[in-house]
Amino acid sequence: MGMLEEFRADTRAWLEENCPQSMREPESEDNMIGGGKKQEYANPDSKVWLDRMAEKGWTAPMWPVEYGGGGHSKEEFLILQDEMIRINARSPIGGMGFSMIGPTLLDYGTEAQKREHLPKIASGEIRWCQGYSEPGAGSDLASLQTKCEDKDDSFLVNGQKTWTSGAQYADWIFTLVRTEPQAPKHEGISFVLIDMDQPGVTVKPIKLISGGSPFCETFFDDARCEKDNLVGQLNRGWTVGKRLLQHERSSISGLNSGGARGRYDSMGTLPELAMEYCGENNGRIADSSIRESVTENVMNQRAFSLTQQRAMAESEEGGTPTFATSMFKYYGSELGKERLEIQLKAVGTQSLGWEGDMFEKQEKLLTRTWLRSKASTIAGGSSEIQLNIIAKRVLGLPD
Amino acid sequence: MPLVLNEEQNMLKDAAKDFCTNNTPITQMRRLRDDKDESGFDRDTWSQMVELGWAGITIPEDFGGLGFGYMGMGVVMEECGRTLTCSPLLATAVGASAIIHGGSDDQKSELLPMVAGGELLLSLALEETPHHSPYGSLMKAEKSGDGYKVTGAKKFVLDGHVADKLVVVARSSGNSGDRDGLTLVLVDRDAKGVKVTRTIMADSRNAANIEFDGAEGALLGEEGKGADVLDKALDAGRILLSAEMLGGLQECFERTIEYLKVREQFGVPIGSFQALKHRAAEMFCEVELSKSVVLEALSALDEDSEETAELASLAKARLNDTYNLVSSEGIQMHGGIGMTDEYEIGFFMKRSRVSEHTFGSSAFHRNRYGELQGY
Repeated sequence: MGMLEEFRADTRAWLEENCPQSMREPESEDNMIGGGKKQEYANPDSKVWLDRMAEKGWTAPMWPVEYGGGGHSKEEFLILQDEMIRINARSPIGGMGFSMIGPTLLDYGTEAQKREHLPKIASGEIRWCQGYSEPGAGSDLASLQTKCEDKDDSFLVNGQKTWTSGAQYADWIFTLVRTEPQAPKHEGISFVLIDMDQPGVTVKPIKLISGGSPFCETFFDDARCEKDNLVGQLNRGWTVGKRLLQHERSSISGLNSGGARGRYDSMGTLPELAMEYCGENNGRIADSSIRESVTENVMNQRAFSLTQQRAMAESEEGGTPTFATSMFKYYGSELGKERLEIQLKAVGTQSLGWEGDMFEKQEKLLTRTWLRSKASTIAGGSSEIQLNIIAKRVLGLPD
Repeated sequence: MPLVLNEEQNMLKDAAKDFCTNNTPITQMRRLRDDKDESGFDRDTWSQMVELGWAGITIPEDFGGLGFGYMGMGVVMEECGRTLTCSPLLATAVGASAIIHGGSDDQKSELLPMVAGGELLLSLALEETPHHSPYGSLMKAEKSGDGYKVTGAKKFVLDGHVADKLVVVARSSGNSGDRDGLTLVLVDRDAKGVKVTRTIMADSRNAANIEFDGAEGALLGEEGKGADVLDKALDAGRILLSAEMLGGLQECFERTIEYLKVREQFGVPIGSFQALKHRAAEMFCEVELSKSVVLEALSALDEDSEETAELASLAKARLNDTYNLVSSEGIQMHGGIGMTDEYEIGFFMKRSRVSEHTFGSSAFHRNRYGELQGY
């Protein structure tokens, strides 16, 4: 116990000295740092913070030191996270490099691949995006058609990916491609890494109902992929791809961070919001129906957080079982959507403004956040898919 | 607070599971019901439970108990819930909690060892209307010599017709709904002026309506200041009942999943139909969340945490809803046989609803949670 206490004290001191003041407030979707060659650091403190944390290995605290990580244990990671929350320090960087391809390379990558790609993720030099879904392959991902042909000295890739998050800012893409069209659909898929900085790769942002373009279509026209960027075995990429999906689900459900960090809510807590917009009656939210909805959601959120903690306490060596991730992804996203619907009820027409001075900045953000939240039960494996997984893998219900 | 059982607690759980499976299967509840058993629980089984130390789990060691704590009691209650065990464990634990928190040293020294030894059954006499109301009592408490006289009528007193002593929630001052002015009085069930009418409930568990006409008893705690002790006893009851409900809903859920795998129609197991798979998966999520809140609430009791009250409401509200859902779906997914008395699945729904109304419905507890949190 003494060593952890010492680690906490050292961490606290280092953070105090090295975390710039402007980095001591939560980030919002528009100022989050993803790194990469195209990243602009509107606030120079962001770059300073990133560089300092990267040097410490704290952008990826639990990765091995030789790959740019901090080599820390889970307990130490939780302490670091706790200390950061204490001063409201934001994460210096995030993204798929950290939450998806990094952990997958640690599971399946060769030593050369790990040494080539992981340090650049950890330092923020390279930003990644995910090439999974296609127009014809969403929930049925294995039906993907993007072709990857063996051209002796390299692979040649042709096809189209969709819902590629952040592709317009990314440097590299990890993608599932079809390397054996004649094989049964799950057995002809490979997992490859492609450098997007080439003429054969083009990107087109997709505008969403919430106004932003967090996703893109990605086109491969005779795109080149180096042979040594095949992860796992040829035609055995489905296994690698599935493992990555588990990492994705964990990260969406907040399991990786121990569930400690809630989403940043610019308008305060749900009860505070309801009190403000519905009025107060003897210290209670004045609208009794909204009050009941608020309380129910808050209580479910608490039960959910306790369950995340319990899952962590139960799991051995930080591994999370499949079912847990599906349950957390499903329940967490549905709860989040419901929470935003309750916010809409509480805020009324002020939550449905689109632009202009008649609406506060926070109100306009709420509108967009509500719209954006509808994706949470579709992306990362839809709720319906998650329920299928729970039914099959946990409950053992027959096909 | 620990959300995982330690080794000792796991051993107790296994022992309790064994005991209940072998000694108090659902067939016992059925027999007690069909025979119209006078006690409403099997006295021999109760003796065995006492011998295992169950009556003393939450009683401090200083007063002859095991001092094993609420987490331990919780796992026992959970296993009892699985087999719909009929026993005075819950009601007595609530009464004992009132004595632990409000009793004088003499009262504690005299009564708690008797509870631990299984010789003294207790129950809280609180409700006066069909809805749970901690501070609603209108029943009068008046000083009378060394003790107090109580006059009024109580409903839905758990184990009311077999409890030896009743912790009666009465009022010395104030109006119905006032927290101030409540007075707890310990009255012997067979005291003069006490009239007990057993009520046969849908879940075959013991309850009674009791009229008090100037019945005399001993003051428990301070006159007019009974609410603090009452709150603690109620929270213990809510949490232990939630633990029992957790056992029942898990058993009901597991049996239902098993049925989905086994029952065939249209040439396939009905569990292969996606609509049922999805409903089952949704239930699974609610069950998992229910486990977490019960564990957290039991831990809070053991740590005498400031969060106990809100966790009691968190747990009771959730367990009410989840047991309701799982037991209703249990019948629906079993189809026609789920509606038969012969099949056991219907018993869980009956128990779920009676439990739901014991110590507070979901709406009650959501309201309370909001109040405790300041909104």
